[in-house]
Amino acid sequence: MKRSLGQRIWRWSILLVVTSYLALPIVAMLDFSTKVGRSKRGLYAWKAIFSQPELVGGIVTSLELAAIVIALLLFLVVPTVVWVHLKLPRLRRPLELICLLPLAIPGIVLVVGVSKIYMWLSIHWTESPLTLSAVYAMLILPYTYRSLSAALFAVDVHTLAEAARTLGASTSRTLFQIVIPTIKAGVMSALVISIALVLGEYTISSLLNYKTFQVEINLIGQNDGTIAVAVSLASLIFVLLLLLLMPTAKRHGKALLDVDAE
Amino acid sequence: MSQLTQEAITGSAARGSGYRAWRRVTPYFGVLPFLTLATLFLLWPTISVMTGAFQDSKGHFTFTSVHDVWTSSTHLAIFKNTLLLSGETALIGAILGALLSYAVATGKPDGILRRIWVSATGVLAQFGGVMLAFGFVATFGFNGFITTFVKSFAPHSFFANPSWLYGITGLAFVYCFFQIPLMFIVFLPAIDNLRPNWREASDSLGGSTWEYWRRVGIPVLTPSFLGSSLLLFANAFSAYATAASLISQGSIITPLEISGSLSSETGLANAATAKALSFGMVAVVVVVMALYTLLRRKVSKWEKS
Repeated sequence: MKRSLGQRIWRWSILLVVTSYLALPIVAMLDFSTKVGRSKRGLYAWKAIFSQPELVGGIVTSLELAAIVIALLLFLVVPTVVWVHLKLPRLRRPLELICLLPLAIPGIVLVVGVSKIYMWLSIHWTESPLTLSAVYAMLILPYTYRSLSAALFAVDVHTLAEAARTLGASTSRTLFQIVIPTIKAGVMSALVISIALVLGEYTISSLLNYKTFQVEINLIGQNDGTIAVAVSLASLIFVLLLLLLMPTAKRHGKALLDVDAE
Repeated sequence: MSQLTQEAITGSAARGSGYRAWRRVTPYFGVLPFLTLATLFLLWPTISVMTGAFQDSKGHFTFTSVHDVWTSSTHLAIFKNTLLLSGETALIGAILGALLSYAVATGKPDGILRRIWVSATGVLAQFGGVMLAFGFVATFGFNGFITTFVKSFAPHSFFANPSWLYGITGLAFVYCFFQIPLMFIVFLPAIDNLRPNWREASDSLGGSTWEYWRRVGIPVLTPSFLGSSLLLFANAFSAYATAASLISQGSIITPLEISGSLSSETGLANAATAKALSFGMVAVVVVVMALYTLLRRKVSKWEKS
């Protein structure tokens, strides 16, 4: 399509304005984190990242949390969604409502609700921050549910499951070796979003006094802004790389966080 | 003969009814593990906040805490601030995000520009909280990139004194950073659904660009635009981490107020306040999301065809 000059100018000025607004903090972070003293430059802050034991502890905790959340996603959420889709169509609507509920409950409100449970857990069972994985598994539901149900509707899982059963596959084999592999793309995008969400979570962990990655970045930021900025930029790049690993079919034209996927 | 078969069938059905009822129930056991987890960490907490707003410390029904909170001028002023902040950033984010998605959508459908934007916005919309706050401190804070730059040649201009960043203006400015990418994500599919043949039809009937937009483009996109704006509103309204990390003193928005009353010394006495405020927040988000769902239905008519 041939475009008029006016339209072209207009289009590029929009792109320029928005890009510079979005790129500005990122450039500034690069600049800020390589500052040493007044006028010198150096990688001191970047090198100091791993010499901060608390920060490394926070990173490890958040990675462990991400691993547990992924396990919950793969062995609890995905099988349940598939199971309801195949066997209990009557529960589809209620399940969808439960899965979308976290969108209507602001994180800060969820903290008010779960604080009692976590108080009880820390007194009677464990103070381990890994218990956060349960509430994180709830936070990821809206995103995982959408990508899973879109994937389930895209392939005819009913016929597949029936064929598997006729050929003598057990229920668990049908679920884990036949149905779930066919919706791999949906599962993968749910997985990546979950990791990004867990690594970026601050509200719940900070208010329940657990030392996760974001809580530690914030603490370091109170003393040494340069290191905190370096870590923030590093984790931004990490998440960007992670999202680039997404299955391309899903990335192509379609949005990652599209909670409205038909 | 036929009577016999009939009997045989009903007979076996009668014998098997217990087993069959059992067979009908067993699939429901499959959802129990998930349901238990969801009840403990999602449903029960939600219900406890909602009902807790209407209970006194002994668990009796009362309107006291809700009444106290929602007639207090401080709480109301802060709540209004939060609504305004969410509304402003939703509007700015929606307009800029919509323009951005139009600019990107008019490029090559398989072009590198589009791919970069789709990937980058996925990250940037997630890039909230602590890291974003540090990003803006590095830009407009006391030793920030822009601040040092501006100070050297215009020491009395707006950007030279960074105190604006740590107030409501700063929050609005920072929130747009995740609002614009989110708008791009949710609005791009709508722009993609503007069919080129509508434009061709308008052109061949002698319509100008302005007429095309006024009579076709804008009416078709309006439900989508409003729906996306509502989503942005809920997004800003629920946000906590960015504000918490940027603003260390004072509660200028309701989420900060809730966290303040949760973690203050007299924690237990204020649990009721936290719950009453939470109730107000959930009420707003539920209304917004309900409107959003209604608008989505209107949208689907165009997008499905």
